[in-house]
Amino acid sequence: MIQRETLINWALFALLPATALIALWMDEPFIITLATKVAILALAGVGLNIALGLGGLVSLGHAAFFGIGGYAMGILASHAQSYAPLMQTPVLIEGTTSMPVIWLVAILASALAALAIGALSLRTTGVYFIMITLAFGQMLYYFAISWPAYGGEDGLSIYVRNGFPGLNTLDPIQFFAVAFVVLAAVLFFAGRLARAPFGLALAAARQNPERVETVGLAPYRLRLVAFVLSGAVTGLAGALFADLNRFVSPTMFSWQMSGEIMIFVILGGVGRLFGPVAGAALFILLEHVLGGLSDYWHVYLGGLLLLVVLFARGGMIGLAAGREVAHD
Amino acid sequence: MSLILLIEQVLNGLQFGVMLFLMAAGLTLIFGVMGLINLAHGSLYMVGAFAAAAVAGLTGSFVLALLASLIAAAAAGALVELLVIRRLYDRDHLDQVLATFALILMFSEGTRWVFGSFPLFLDIPAALAQPVSLPGGILYPAYRLLIIAIGLAIAVGLFQLIARTRIGIQIRAGEADREMIAALGVDISKLYTLVFALGAALAGLAGALVGAIQSVQVGMGEPVLILAFVVIVIGGIGSIKGALVGALLVGLTDTLGGVLLPPLFATFMEASSASSVGSSLASMSIYILMAAVLLYKPTGLFGSTT
Amino acid sequence: MKLKSIILAAGLCAMATGGFAAGHEGGVKVGMITTLSGGGAGLGIDVRDGFMLAAKMAGNDKLEVVIEDDQRKPEIAVQLADKMIQSEKVDVLTGIIWSNLAMAVVPAAVAQGKFYLSPNAGPSQLAGKGCNPLYFNVAWQNDALHEAAGAYASDTGYQNTFILAPNYPAGQDALTGFKRFFKGEPAGEIYTQLGQTDYAAELAQIRASGADSVFFFLPGGMGISFLKQYASSGIDLPVVGPAFSFDQGILQAVGEAALGVKNTSQWSKDLDNAANVEFVAAFEAEYGRLPSLYASQGYDTANLLLSAMGKADVKDADAFRAALAEADFASVRGDFKFGTNQHPVQDYYVREVIKEGDVFTNKVIATSLTDHVDAYAAECSY
Repeated sequence: MIQRETLINWALFALLPATALIALWMDEPFIITLATKVAILALAGVGLNIALGLGGLVSLGHAAFFGIGGYAMGILASHAQSYAPLMQTPVLIEGTTSMPVIWLVAILASALAALAIGALSLRTTGVYFIMITLAFGQMLYYFAISWPAYGGEDGLSIYVRNGFPGLNTLDPIQFFAVAFVVLAAVLFFAGRLARAPFGLALAAARQNPERVETVGLAPYRLRLVAFVLSGAVTGLAGALFADLNRFVSPTMFSWQMSGEIMIFVILGGVGRLFGPVAGAALFILLEHVLGGLSDYWHVYLGGLLLLVVLFARGGMIGLAAGREVAHD
Repeated sequence: MSLILLIEQVLNGLQFGVMLFLMAAGLTLIFGVMGLINLAHGSLYMVGAFAAAAVAGLTGSFVLALLASLIAAAAAGALVELLVIRRLYDRDHLDQVLATFALILMFSEGTRWVFGSFPLFLDIPAALAQPVSLPGGILYPAYRLLIIAIGLAIAVGLFQLIARTRIGIQIRAGEADREMIAALGVDISKLYTLVFALGAALAGLAGALVGAIQSVQVGMGEPVLILAFVVIVIGGIGSIKGALVGALLVGLTDTLGGVLLPPLFATFMEASSASSVGSSLASMSIYILMAAVLLYKPTGLFGSTT
Repeated sequence: MKLKSIILAAGLCAMATGGFAAGHEGGVKVGMITTLSGGGAGLGIDVRDGFMLAAKMAGNDKLEVVIEDDQRKPEIAVQLADKMIQSEKVDVLTGIIWSNLAMAVVPAAVAQGKFYLSPNAGPSQLAGKGCNPLYFNVAWQNDALHEAAGAYASDTGYQNTFILAPNYPAGQDALTGFKRFFKGEPAGEIYTQLGQTDYAAELAQIRASGADSVFFFLPGGMGISFLKQYASSGIDLPVVGPAFSFDQGILQAVGEAALGVKNTSQWSKDLDNAANVEFVAAFEAEYGRLPSLYASQGYDTANLLLSAMGKADVKDADAFRAALAEADFASVRGDFKFGTNQHPVQDYYVREVIKEGDVFTNKVIATSLTDHVDAYAAECSY
């Protein structure tokens, strides 16, 4: 059975670049853009899955990190565009349009935010944790809307996509390649993490915190590290998403965004490494197909989601692999 | 700022808090008894408002409209409970969040399908359209006083219901030990449907009461829903008393923060940017309050410590 | 399964675009991105209906329109614009309602050589330094209706108006715009929270401020809430606002509370010109409801486009641009021409909310600004 799931995972993973290449061959750049969107949103889901699947931390505030990553890109690039330094004292910090630098800043900034939010939120558990993460997300959302320096509700337009050494990122297929490689690298990292001592201890802390404590590990610290890693990955996805759209706005912080990221994870199957990839792909496909059918397509989307929750426990991959429970 | 203005603002905060209580009471009951986190509670608020607007449009009677909001929301709640929610009780919170998120999508667009994309009309009765003078020369809208009165009356009624009646005993027993009361022969699924419908009816009533002074439109429930969550988290999930205290705290913080912070910033900033910065901070104030409470007591003010 | 359907979808797209290129010499393909679902859908639906009505009345089979719903989300709008440009290969984009969505879409679209005709949003950036030869605004620059309100308040003799707007860029522009033409001194200036629905606190402040009138810009549900609460607050000051909170779609939800309120607009249902009379009658006949401001803007946008199609081929960008700039069409708002930054130079009227039978609507009572040029035109150079 495990072999069947592994097979499905790899097939699914190969489908994404295959779709992009076929679209390239058929000269349909928009399909490539959609595939890129899937890769980036899947990345955000993979981030959430570290906290959710591995650590059992139901965060309804991951849009906070997604948005911070997005604004890291927006702020750096807009300063580079206007040649106005970000900060002059005590050290001169200039804006930049180099993707690797932006990614680093996005990862650091969202990790820091996750450290602060996590340190406070992890004092609570269960529904309180869901709600307090939601509230922190809302706090940042309102801040982003009313903070005039970087566009407020209007958001920030970055007219040219940021650069990656040696690539023309404005070419859809090249930008897809960038996003896909990042996704692959993070998937590899997340897979290793789950099997590493840290991942095993984290999973144990989810299933039986008392026992973990008795062997001398602190569940709080394990969870905090997981939350920070999770936030950092989602922040990276935010920076990429902003580059995909060449635009950032406070809607990246909205609680609907948190809900959507969670949907990717649950649709695909919680705790499954490739779950978010399947979930994001299905979501984008539904949005694309249903959106064309009716003005009221949200009704159908809601109905489908409901069916998945009620009758397809373990998500799509669980359904396809015939196993409800992910391998821990 | 004059004392009269301050008192008026406190009344405003009170009215807002009482309205939040109607929402939060249902949420906290449903969570306390069934252990269910219901994101679609805001949709029931919207259902109440739309039902009230539709009935008021047909009959012209505000009392009938309020009645309709109670019935429609309770019916929608019972229906949703029977079809969907009851399959979710033994699931984890994650499944509940996703399923009720899906319900929001269906409710919102379904309502738009039926009622169209434009806001509906619902007005307060003419008899209450004038302000009344309170002692000390305060002029205050009669309708808002009515909301405060209704809200407090319902709070008292709920406390009585839970403390004195047979259903109340079952609810409390359900909160304490679900398996046990089923074993004692209480029809647990009927109790659940009843509690869910009760919570829905309160949300619907809140929607109708507020819809009359705000706008009845699709999506009106979600901002209130999030505030109601803040309320029950501050108060302690499952506690009606906590919901009341939390609701009043949030109502007052939000109203007074918005009034007091901009002038505070204006003492050391230029006027228009003080207004902008002050209101930014005011909109974050309740979330800061919530974070502070949870730092102090991770299960809320009146939450059980387990 | 998924791959198959994508290939299928891609194939269909390719066929559709291929068929188009062969069939329509001199045709124009329009991509309309507008808000058709969720809150605020009413505005997008009106723009779409107005636009499509004009297209239908013209019966020009060289005009092809692709419509997509942006859900009022900037990211979605950007992706739809990519789709329209990359897959649908449209020549002209239009339809966006909200300024923040326009700012996300327009600069990139015109940079890729597409025309953009704005049927509603007019952010200041696109009127001033960020103006572009391919960008035409057929509605108004964002400040204009507020400027007209400021001018009207001064003309009426108000000295200290209390002004309020939501705390977001368009709200800040609104108060700035009002003050630009208001000669008095505001009695108070409040930024409310975006999406706020309870204005009790603000009303108390208005009452305590000693103002002689109130100006507010609160679009959508916010305005409905404010007006209803204002009516029962006992405050008896005259109210001025831009047309957005007094428009046909919204007035029925406000009800009596709006009666007598003065609001500024570049259009009104009762404007007496042939084009408008025809438009109002045709719109009612087609859709069974009265047209709104947004419908009138959608209608004008389509007629502007049709007028240019009669003069030039869209593939010849310079000629097509010149044809658009002439604005040689019968606007429902009467005289209409473009300024140097391709934003409207037009009159702004003061309307009063009245009741016609059972229906709340507006009637024009004065002209506030004549041949008004927006404040940013001077900053624009191509």
